[in-house]
Amino acid sequence: MTTYRPTTPAELQEIVRAHPRVFVRGRGTKPGLASPPAGAAIVETTELAGVLEYEPQEFTFTALAGTPVADVQRMLAEHGQYLPCDPPLVRAGATLGGTVAAGLSGPLRYRYGGLRDFILGVRFVDGEGRLVRGGGKVVKNAAGFDLPKLMVGSAGRLGILVEVTFKVFPRPPAHATCRARFDTLEAGLRALFDLWVRPLDLEAVDMEPDGGGLTLWVRIAGIERALAPRIERLRSLLGGEVEVWQGAEEERLWEEAREFAWVPEGWTLVKVPLTPKRIPALEERLESAETRRRYSVGGNVLWLATPHTPDRLEPLLHEVGVAGLVVRGKVAGSPFLGRRTGMAFARRVKNALDPQARFPEV
Amino acid sequence: MTANTFLAALANIYPPDRLLRRPAQLLPYESDALTAFRARPLAVVLPERAEEVIETVRLCAREGVPFVARGSGTSLSGGSLPVEGGVVIAMNRMNRILRLDPQERVAVVEPGVVNLDVSKAAAPYGLYYAPDPSSQPICTIGGNVAFNSGGAHCLKYGMTSNHVLGLKAVLADGEVIEIGGESLEHVGPDLVGLFVGHEGLFGVVLEITLRLLPKVEAYRTVLAAYRSLEEAGHAVGLVVASGLLPGAMEIMDRLAIEAAEAAVQAGYPQDAAALLIVELEGEEPQVEAEFEQLLEVIRSSGAYEVRVAQTDEERARIWKGRKGAFSAVGRLSPDYVVQDGVVPRAKLGEALAEIERLSNAYGLRVANVFHAGDGNLHPLILYDGREPGALEKAEELAGEILEMCIRLGGSITGEHGVGMEKRRFLPAMFSPEDVETMRRLRRAMDPHELANRGKMFP
Repeated sequence: MTTYRPTTPAELQEIVRAHPRVFVRGRGTKPGLASPPAGAAIVETTELAGVLEYEPQEFTFTALAGTPVADVQRMLAEHGQYLPCDPPLVRAGATLGGTVAAGLSGPLRYRYGGLRDFILGVRFVDGEGRLVRGGGKVVKNAAGFDLPKLMVGSAGRLGILVEVTFKVFPRPPAHATCRARFDTLEAGLRALFDLWVRPLDLEAVDMEPDGGGLTLWVRIAGIERALAPRIERLRSLLGGEVEVWQGAEEERLWEEAREFAWVPEGWTLVKVPLTPKRIPALEERLESAETRRRYSVGGNVLWLATPHTPDRLEPLLHEVGVAGLVVRGKVAGSPFLGRRTGMAFARRVKNALDPQARFPEV
Repeated sequence: MTANTFLAALANIYPPDRLLRRPAQLLPYESDALTAFRARPLAVVLPERAEEVIETVRLCAREGVPFVARGSGTSLSGGSLPVEGGVVIAMNRMNRILRLDPQERVAVVEPGVVNLDVSKAAAPYGLYYAPDPSSQPICTIGGNVAFNSGGAHCLKYGMTSNHVLGLKAVLADGEVIEIGGESLEHVGPDLVGLFVGHEGLFGVVLEITLRLLPKVEAYRTVLAAYRSLEEAGHAVGLVVASGLLPGAMEIMDRLAIEAAEAAVQAGYPQDAAALLIVELEGEEPQVEAEFEQLLEVIRSSGAYEVRVAQTDEERARIWKGRKGAFSAVGRLSPDYVVQDGVVPRAKLGEALAEIERLSNAYGLRVANVFHAGDGNLHPLILYDGREPGALEKAEELAGEILEMCIRLGGSITGEHGVGMEKRRFLPAMFSPEDVETMRRLRRAMDPHELANRGKMFP
């Protein structure tokens, strides 16, 4: 197995053309997506790094796929801007391309949307070694098929990302987080459903089940002097004892969530998209099992951690009717688990972009 | 199969009142909102159930007959123009909201549901459907999905694509697929993301799962009048640079103001060279704090008159003028073409100056109404179709504007789609490899290029 670190798109194109099987990875922060099949040439995008364009007044940037997200965030912060899709594992070293290919957004995605909602343009090398561009560099664009969105979550199965363009937003000047614990799952979910239909601008809503109860973490952001009345309203809506965090400690809460600091070393970590209504069924099956769980994005994602291998989760995910993506853990072939939708359509897309199946199966 | 036997096969699917074939019945379907193009279809069918659409598509696939799905025909890019001699599948009767789940904040709808009806149905639960194209009282969700429609409020919450969670569709070769789901998140390639904006080239959408948002608590809508278009454009930059993220930022120029005023009496200042509408939205205390900041920015931007909507009625009136501007322009001129190219925000001033120069050079009036916050222009080029060569001249001017958008690093379309009208500009924005990749995707769904044949690709 040869590992290549191309420094130009042209070099990458040559590598793809020269090998019948090609596997791409970034800096390996998501091992479930980074273990290559036997016999594949490995492409690491680490040398295809750097910001190509950034005009702060345009609220967009273009960077090579191997650029660490941390570098981009530092650059944006200097101009009071941020990536609202909130990529996880930034401190661990995640790259832009790896984040897009894995399709991982963080807890703040609750407010304005995930990667798919902020990616504007891509360049990638397809399964025939052709360099293809899709989308554009302006915040609004409806020309041609939306290839940038297609690449979100494509996990190196449709093409190898070379370059991405994102839109960004002004970073809110102040943040606050309210924490409330409910003694039963039902009470916690009732609180969630109540919040979720109110005219509130919430940045993030995460939940942690524990011993039959549920802890809610609700983040708001905005102009400092307007925060106090908003916190008070949240307090009364949540009821009971509400703890309020602000400042650096509050910041750290969310950083630890997006770095998965709560997942023990060596454990499997799986992303499970769902809707909040499925939580009771999942909890019923998971409560007794040896797992740790964090429901994020208002119950639209479950981050599921277990000391066992990912394949042990297969039956459970099928039973509840949800899919999974192995972020960390031992993967034999595919990082995908459970019941996925749209496979017939996905295969057609795959045949169009990678007819010789140089990249792994979708 | 001859045309007659094909029509007989359609008659097996549809009762006579839902199979239109007489010239007088076909006439209203010969064009859409881009009236410069017309084509006579062989027949128009009016399905009421998904099974009828599937059967129709399968029949067309078997017989090699092109078809076009159509909603209310509001496309400004000729996207729902029939294929000469093909079938039009008019989806308006498939207008049921199949499910609305306030707890999950989703609505599952048929493609013929009118955009605004989704928000109306969601309103009792305190929810709404965010994308708001100007045609929202009549345009359908199916059309919005096909063309990834935008609207004035895309700045904060994105276009149609950002609000579609799942789709059921029949592909052009007859296979029925389901993609996405009800969750905001997914694993694997974002197939829904690819499908939205397919411009009818993959097949026909049968069912759409939409994301609903909680209704906005408070709005603050500000109307600022400027002595020049450049000043208004500059003000947009100042607002954005101040760290505010308004729900909408719109500009109208003198001609557009005049037209809107004549049509709906929005009460706009009549002596202004440009009007800027900025709307803040969100939680009351936050919006109030932002509003103070906004007023400071607007006052420093050279606005000579600033009005703030004090009531819901005043807000509605400000928007009525803006959203009615396209049809209002019809009062100034018998015909017009509208473009929706995008330029980087910082180049708005340059772009507007160039449009003015072109307008003078061609001797054609151009009204500008646009989504300034995201650099999405909408030059309305006025002409008189009765004058020989006038349309061609207007189209030529429109083409120059699109070329300028590409030159400035933007896009040929922000929300109307490529459709019929901007096909020849696709290669100016994308390389042959890019266009070829899109073609491959199209053929993967529609090997014989039957679905909306002749659109998007040059």
